[in-house]
Amino acid sequence: MSIAAPLTPKQGESERLSTVLTTKRVGLGGAALGLIAWILPLPPVLARSPWPSIALGLLAALAGAFVVLDPKHRRLGGVTIFFGLVAIPLALAMTNQSAANVSQVFTWSAVIASGLTFTTPLLFGALGGVISERSGVVNVGIDGMMLMGCYFSVWGAYATGSWVLGMLIGMLSGGLLALVHAYFSIHLRSNQVVSGMAINFLAYGITGYLLVAQFGNNGTPGTVPTVPNLVLPVIKNTAFFGVAFGRTNVLTWAALLLVPVIWWFLFRTRAGLRLRAVGEHPMAASTVGLRVLATRYAAVTVSGVLAALGGVYLADGFDGSFNFQMTDGRGFIALAAVIFGKWNPVGALGATILFGFSSALAYRMETFSATLGTLFQALPYVLTLIAVAGLIGRSRPPAADGVPYVKE
Amino acid sequence: MKSSALKRAGRSAVIPLITVLTAFVLAGLVMLVTGNDPLSSYGAIFDGTGLNWLFPWVSGHNRTIAAQDLQQTLVAAAPLVLTGLSVAFAFRVGLFNIGAQGQYTVASVIAVWVGTVFTSMDPVIHIVLAIFLGALVGAGWAALAGWLKAAFGAHEVISTIMLNWIAIWVASYLFQEGGPLQGTQALGNPVSNTIAGNLHLPVIWGNPELQGLDVGVFLALIVAVLYWAIIRRSTLGYEVRAVGHNPTAATASGMNVARSYIVTMAICGAFAGLAAGIDVFGWEFQVSSTTISTSQVGFLGIAVALLGRNTAIGTVAAALLFGALETGTAAINLNPSSINPELAPQLTLIIEGLVVLLVSTDLIALRLLGLPRKLGWGKPQAATARGDALAVDDPARDPAEALRPEPGL
Repeated sequence: MSIAAPLTPKQGESERLSTVLTTKRVGLGGAALGLIAWILPLPPVLARSPWPSIALGLLAALAGAFVVLDPKHRRLGGVTIFFGLVAIPLALAMTNQSAANVSQVFTWSAVIASGLTFTTPLLFGALGGVISERSGVVNVGIDGMMLMGCYFSVWGAYATGSWVLGMLIGMLSGGLLALVHAYFSIHLRSNQVVSGMAINFLAYGITGYLLVAQFGNNGTPGTVPTVPNLVLPVIKNTAFFGVAFGRTNVLTWAALLLVPVIWWFLFRTRAGLRLRAVGEHPMAASTVGLRVLATRYAAVTVSGVLAALGGVYLADGFDGSFNFQMTDGRGFIALAAVIFGKWNPVGALGATILFGFSSALAYRMETFSATLGTLFQALPYVLTLIAVAGLIGRSRPPAADGVPYVKE
Repeated sequence: MKSSALKRAGRSAVIPLITVLTAFVLAGLVMLVTGNDPLSSYGAIFDGTGLNWLFPWVSGHNRTIAAQDLQQTLVAAAPLVLTGLSVAFAFRVGLFNIGAQGQYTVASVIAVWVGTVFTSMDPVIHIVLAIFLGALVGAGWAALAGWLKAAFGAHEVISTIMLNWIAIWVASYLFQEGGPLQGTQALGNPVSNTIAGNLHLPVIWGNPELQGLDVGVFLALIVAVLYWAIIRRSTLGYEVRAVGHNPTAATASGMNVARSYIVTMAICGAFAGLAAGIDVFGWEFQVSSTTISTSQVGFLGIAVALLGRNTAIGTVAAALLFGALETGTAAINLNPSSINPELAPQLTLIIEGLVVLLVSTDLIALRLLGLPRKLGWGKPQAATARGDALAVDDPARDPAEALRPEPGL
């Protein structure tokens, strides 16, 4: 028994459909032209004349101007115009620099290697944030939990002489601090933003206090065993991939691997569905027998452990030393990445990669101008701001995010 | 009516007090466990804040020192009042302004720049102009976040964090060696020009050479009153509270939510900008890349606003507490025989964290003493008529409700 569906849509509908596609295509095509305009002056093409980029950039802007007239595609049009117009000063600046300088800064293999180091701690923090907020608990305390991981991994590695134990102790410390946040925001139903901020201050104080109390005024010894890099046997000798991925830290691989794992967990497993249900509609979840509070406790604790892993990388993934508030606000960037990535692990990966790689570029751009080097440091923040305004726009959090659950 | 208002006032004062005391006791336990004597440490910190000046039996040299320390405490508290109000005002409209630090930074750049050029101007006009322009640019910086939210839906948590760092890096660039605003006398240091002596804010208590108390503290108090007046007595404040309470209902009753976001953020930025103005003209007199990147005034403002429950009086009190803690644990004000001066600032952070943590919930303080039953408060009233924008409630009645920003920070 099947009902025959009408195979041909009405005339008007098909016409409207085709116009939508055309406008969208023009916009995407324009954006692609803009992208080419950006890439041309950079290696490997390394065009030495700005004119091809200027022409392509103007073309892209023109396409964007056409698209922006369609109210349905205003955002796409705006982005395309912006993309095209920015290509012009970019091309002028790049062709004004010597070819050697441009290739030095944009040595892509080195950019990737350095970008991954910037991305890793942020990614851990953002993944933690995604899990916590998907269960309905806002986690502003990522920075503090990360800092706990920093201190305790170094202290643990120092005390036990093993980076594995140091890492576990670091993870444990982040989880414990997260439990405090969980107790206050789940059991005591306190305001989660306030509690999260408090967690940050507590962590700054606790780690600073312990640093002074344990190691005195000389700081950590700097001789503790550190988390090793994963040296890939064959790849390490290849020119491009060897530099980019040949000696990447174990924790970087772990963070990248966690993205699909957490995505799969959240969107393809029963437990993940339950966790999201608790974050979207706790009352309904409770009605069908899910344990709302227990799920949230688990999610917040895991979130703390993940954030702490970011801290472990930051401290014990490098020279194994700790300093006061050494996360330097990375937890807040991770928090931004959670929202930017629309509470999705893959989105969080995209956000942290944008941020991490532009940070890496910003540091390399000192080659262009020593005086402007400081100014270039603002690049990742400017790019994120533009990306959030232009590409992402309104993002919808889990419905019960930040709302304590009271069982009726 | 009267008595319920009194009870409410009582409740909103008692709980923070209990909270603060509990935090001090807990931090004292930390000291005890790690082998420090909490009583003598707290004694040293208390003396460091200069609050012992209030005791008439402190006399002679000790009294002079105490007066200086107390001036320091008040000088530190004044900008915290302003950044606290900056964060608090945003909370009232339902936004989380993490950006007070950035707004403070851009304003201090403008204030110090205006203060060191136009040297032939009348001093009073010059000071007012510099502080005003600083506040104006701070307002613009914050309004940018409000506009990005209103026009593009960009979440203010992201945009204010990004704007903070942009402000910090741009300012560091401006004052660095060879930067456009590096002072002519700076000789390799990343420091701005110094504001001339006749442009310093008048010192009303203490020695101007030793950073006595300047009139900036009055500006902070005036703004606190202004804050109260805007929130409680103006149409704008009514709109802000309505939008913060329920944006959908506010829209339905004809309010322009987008405009509210932009205007509110601008006012927040102006508050944070004024904080920079009184710091620059009150005691800093110059700005350096180092102070820009180590300053915590805006960040602490978040904790101040949270502890002060977004009310004017609460913010002033919280700023005083935080100013006192910061001054009391500064190494120069401490007696090293009582507590390691390196340890003390860390202890401050722990206390601040505990205070904010405990203030995040009323339950602990209430449960500890069984106060609700004794005072007949019962359960906190449910927020009245959540969907009704016209029933904008006093946040002191249910602070959790007022503080709660939109979900999904």
